[in-house]
Amino acid sequence: MGRLLLVGRLAVRDIRHRPAETALALLAIGAVAAVLTLGLILHGVTANPYQATRTATKGPDLVAQGPDASQVAGVTRLAGVTASSGPFASTAASLSTARYTGTAMVQGRTGTEAAVDQPSVTAGAWVRPGGVVLERAFATSLGVGVGDRITLNYKHFTVAGLAVSTAWPPYPELCETGCMIGGPELSAPAANAPDLNGRPGVIWATESDVRSISSYFGLNYVVNVTLKDPAQAAAIVNGPARIQANLTDWEDISTADALLVTDEQTVLQVGTFLIVLLALASVALLAGGRMIEQTRRVGLLKAAGGTPDLVAGLLLAEHLAIALAAAGAGLLAGWLIAPVLSSPGAGLIGTPSAPSLTLGVVGLVLAAALGVALLATLVPAIRAARTSTVSALAATSSSGARRRKRLIALSTRLPVPLLIGLRLAARRPRRSLLTMASTAVTTTSVTAVLVFHSTASLSYVSQQGIANPIIQRDSEALFAVAALLIVLAVVNAVFTGWVTAVDARRSSALTQALGATPRQLLQAQAAAQGIAALPGVIAGVPLGIALFGAASHAHTISLPSAGLLALAALGILTAVAALAVVPARAVARGSISGVLQAELA
Amino acid sequence: MSECVLRTRDLRKEFGKGDALVRAVVEVSLEVAAAETVAIMGPSGCGKSTLLHLLGGLERPSGGSIEVAGSAVDRLGERALAKLRRTAIGFVFQAFHLIDELTARENVELPALLAGRSPRVARRRATELLERVGLADRASFRPAALSGGQRQRVAVARALSNEPLVVLADEPTGNLDSAATLEVLRLFDSLRATGQTLVIVTHDSRIAATADRLISMRDGAFVDETRLTGGTRGSLGALAGLEG
Repeated sequence: MGRLLLVGRLAVRDIRHRPAETALALLAIGAVAAVLTLGLILHGVTANPYQATRTATKGPDLVAQGPDASQVAGVTRLAGVTASSGPFASTAASLSTARYTGTAMVQGRTGTEAAVDQPSVTAGAWVRPGGVVLERAFATSLGVGVGDRITLNYKHFTVAGLAVSTAWPPYPELCETGCMIGGPELSAPAANAPDLNGRPGVIWATESDVRSISSYFGLNYVVNVTLKDPAQAAAIVNGPARIQANLTDWEDISTADALLVTDEQTVLQVGTFLIVLLALASVALLAGGRMIEQTRRVGLLKAAGGTPDLVAGLLLAEHLAIALAAAGAGLLAGWLIAPVLSSPGAGLIGTPSAPSLTLGVVGLVLAAALGVALLATLVPAIRAARTSTVSALAATSSSGARRRKRLIALSTRLPVPLLIGLRLAARRPRRSLLTMASTAVTTTSVTAVLVFHSTASLSYVSQQGIANPIIQRDSEALFAVAALLIVLAVVNAVFTGWVTAVDARRSSALTQALGATPRQLLQAQAAAQGIAALPGVIAGVPLGIALFGAASHAHTISLPSAGLLALAALGILTAVAALAVVPARAVARGSISGVLQAELA
Repeated sequence: MSECVLRTRDLRKEFGKGDALVRAVVEVSLEVAAAETVAIMGPSGCGKSTLLHLLGGLERPSGGSIEVAGSAVDRLGERALAKLRRTAIGFVFQAFHLIDELTARENVELPALLAGRSPRVARRRATELLERVGLADRASFRPAALSGGQRQRVAVARALSNEPLVVLADEPTGNLDSAATLEVLRLFDSLRATGQTLVIVTHDSRIAATADRLISMRDGAFVDETRLTGGTRGSLGALAGLEG
């Protein structure tokens, strides 16, 4: 009881005594918890909106399409079919709005309600002669609304309404399930047919309007059916062909719907991994820094009868307490942000299932936060436990003697700041390694963002400038993750600078006493960080390109210019070096004699 | 002769190897009886502090033996050593080594809590000890708000927390001015009067003069020993030359 009180008391006082460091550790571990929470509760979030939309629109279990209406209608004679609608004539069309040109699949409908797949109108009214209804996600990307004018295959129409359907995946994934636009199944386009550019979206029009614009690409027919047992849909699609038509089952459509958030989840998963790496580096630096500051306390506790376990336990307890608080904050932040990222987009109606913090999610996030704290604190804690009591009381450092003769010989030829910087970097090889890893992660994420934007801009060009909601969402998620990674990297750089400055306080005071200027010492701190960060920056660029390629499954990757990549790398290196100066300046404020006298105490 | 609480035989401590070999403690044999105050003096680097660290189990000897209250310190494992330091030994350091974030009372409670005493018992004991060292009114002060002499008195109170068999003091007045030195000298004199066993390493002949026995060290070895039977009691201030 007494020992618990002592551990608790020392941990709490220490946390209260160092609010800035505690806040930084909270930020690092909290970021891990928040991103992990997001990733975990975003799984399956589109299931609810898809089901809601399916119910509201009498969604089909099977969709059949092909150029021969009687063949396509054969789907209605399959065993287990309970209802059907169609065949609906459809055609491909070149679309023009005030701002964009694109491609549409225009499907003919009557004024009467269909038994299967009756799109749900979310704005305006259903189709009428001269009045078409646009799939909502498509209309959102085109920036058109009810009452706007568009042309389809050079013929003018008015947008009568906007609607959603579960017979087709929403824009831009219409062809994910086989849209037969521009495919070999269609008859060859007429010689004067307009170009079909970019990914198509669905437009509903009256049957007569569809036929009036079908002269360029011919007609295609669509039949929707529901089954007694919807679970059989996939078996029918994958079974032996019984009709001459392309078949799509509702599960494929649901999967295509989920593509809207799939990439987002990939970004979050990869981001979580990178953030965990950075958080590990942050907390390890923090714990290591505290160890330097608390060396004498460790000696005192041991001299007063504290066991090595108790000394290690004290450091662990402090960081585990911070990790618990950070996990709580991260869970809350993730739960609050999740609805923003889990929006099903304009293609579906309804809201995603309220992101729920299940016991499993809470347990995993807690375990991850505690794991990060434990992993990062373990080495400093064990080192503290093993420290010789006499050395700890004298607060002397043993690992400073690792400088190698060759390094010293090399550094003597360098200008003073580089000479001191190189020795500072070499003095703590593990810390330099953490700086290198942290910089590599930052450079990797920044490079991935640059490659994404370069690749996305290529995609925008091929889409005739029409906004792609998937790219927009990916961009937002990637930006959020990259911003978090950069914040953590800044924290790491400041931590490292601070720890290095505290660690080198006495040698710096001595160097100043021997004639070095404060400016030279600050430049040396910057050089020490820069030297450690350089390999990380060099490795981070190809790693970022490789990471993007692996995570995006993109067929074509467009690399940004070498100049831009070099500029980004140079910027990161400069920032890391510059950030070391801030804490170094703060630590250097004490008088030289004060520091040198403290050494005697 | 009273019971012997601390005994060393042919104690050696060496650092480094070959040409860099340093013999910090050379064949030291010492016996300290209960209630005895032993002062060890010598020039800087003669091995005084190393000897004290060996006696308290902070350093492992290179050879010889150490016994504290019948336990062979040189053969104990880390846990057993920690237990010995909790129960049988109290340390007083030149640099005080108080924990800045804790109040004076909490600093004094620390060894008792480490020894597994209940928080209530630890608090009561800390309050008693702070009264004994004349700092009851400073119990809730942090070290930064205390003078050097007050800090060292808190450190002495902390060393007494678990009623140790022996208090080992390493240059206890080394960081203090004259007035503060007098405060600490008086405190050690009162400890001696109550029968507390003390081993004090010092440069300061005034504090050495309060001891029952004065041992001189040079180059790691004992070179002289003087018994000062009761000569200082009652005239400490005058002897130490700090009053008037």
